[in-house]
Amino acid sequence: MKSIKNHLSLIIALLSILFSIQIFIIVDRSIDAYKVNLASNYSIVVVSQKKLDIESITTSNDLVSDILPLTPDNVIKRLNTGMSKTNVELLKLTLPKFYRVKLKYYPTPSEIDILTNKLLKKDSVIKVENFSSNLDATYKLLLLFKSVITVFAISMIVVTVLLILKELRIWQFKHNERMSIMSLFGAPTWMRSAVLFRLAIVDALFASVFVFVIFTMLSSDMWVLEQFRYIGISIIVFDPLYDFLMLTGIAILLSVILASLIVLGHKEEV
Amino acid sequence: MDKVIIADNLSLSYSNSETIINKVKFSIDSASFVFITGASGSGKSTLLKSLYGALKPQEGSLVVGGVELKGVASAKLNFLRKHIGIVFQDYKLVKEWTIEKNIMLPLIINGYDKSVSQNQVDSLLKHVRLKHQAGKYPLELSGGEQQRVAMARALSHNPILILADEPTGNLDDYSAELIWNLLVGANEQLKTTVIVVTHHIPENIKVDFKHFHIEFGRINEVN
Repeated sequence: MKSIKNHLSLIIALLSILFSIQIFIIVDRSIDAYKVNLASNYSIVVVSQKKLDIESITTSNDLVSDILPLTPDNVIKRLNTGMSKTNVELLKLTLPKFYRVKLKYYPTPSEIDILTNKLLKKDSVIKVENFSSNLDATYKLLLLFKSVITVFAISMIVVTVLLILKELRIWQFKHNERMSIMSLFGAPTWMRSAVLFRLAIVDALFASVFVFVIFTMLSSDMWVLEQFRYIGISIIVFDPLYDFLMLTGIAILLSVILASLIVLGHKEEV
Repeated sequence: MDKVIIADNLSLSYSNSETIINKVKFSIDSASFVFITGASGSGKSTLLKSLYGALKPQEGSLVVGGVELKGVASAKLNFLRKHIGIVFQDYKLVKEWTIEKNIMLPLIINGYDKSVSQNQVDSLLKHVRLKHQAGKYPLELSGGEQQRVAMARALSHNPILILADEPTGNLDDYSAELIWNLLVGANEQLKTTVIVVTHHIPENIKVDFKHFHIEFGRINEVN
């Protein structure tokens, strides 16, 4: 019973770290997916006196994915009150050219400013509408959300590491006696610490498997999927291979560091 | 006769404290049975600790089983300890292991085959009359039984040297007699050198022994 309690204390500490990391990953993926979503619905409108060289603008700006000319037909239709076809064609030629600039990803406010200035430097461009106030607010909200989650995850990890350090003292006390006795009979360091490393790795694997089960269930849970659908995104909540291997690696690394600290802190009784 | 222990001008002290053993010179023949006596605090346990390398010589030289312990490297010390069996007054058993596993410890460290180890443990459990307790944990046994387990552990790997610190200090007569018989048996039948630190030499012990007495940091052979 006491042994299970000792195992649980490390497993629970590792679980909270792994949970914090995976939650952070989910939020990061959600924000990235949302940014892609925003980018597909967002564009800049450019007004030019002459026809623009679309290819040169696209190739000289990494951010730009496409430039589409906007037809003035709708405007002309509203103005057309019995104009002859020739006059309409003349009007079309005198009207400025409108373009819709599509972006590869959702830009930062500074990226949008740089692009706006670049476009305005073209001689023929007379106006660039980037809807930056809307963009700025959305972007800042996303950043704020990400920062809050980051702070939360870091605080969780710090608190858990403190708990692990406390656990370390208990383990040190518990294992020191056995390690000293083994040392008295000539056991080399690797043999003395083998039990400790085995326990630490087993605990790490338990914690990883537990996280795997929970997040695999969550990733196929209808309620969770529905929440993502509401905000118009679809993300991988838990990658059973990549995420599992990464979390297992982190758990094993932390446990091995813990075990190594105990081994290094071990002093033979005199 | 081969010397298993040679101390020359040996001084021992714990860090930041006065010298406990002061420039002593003695040697112990292999296959001998030795008692080291002395008053409480005279330094007999300190001397014993130095013999298994838990306390390094401050001055002089101490050679045990051909290994110089002054400034000894840990690998060499481990090698020496693999050939020593130690019995402590407080038993020093691993509480979370069964008594069977405790006895098997030196065999595991020395890389014995599992079946050989099991046979050796079974035989020793019979000798210390604890066969029926094999699966129990140390804290489930009485003090006398725990010391018998510690004795079996010390003998399990047929060491060249057995060091015993007050092995029968707090034991009942039955357990004490069993411990003495095992020590004498190891000495006579296996030619193991036995060094026992004790307050009193048992009157009825049936073995030829040497007797060293420690007083004021000096060691003298008692005739």
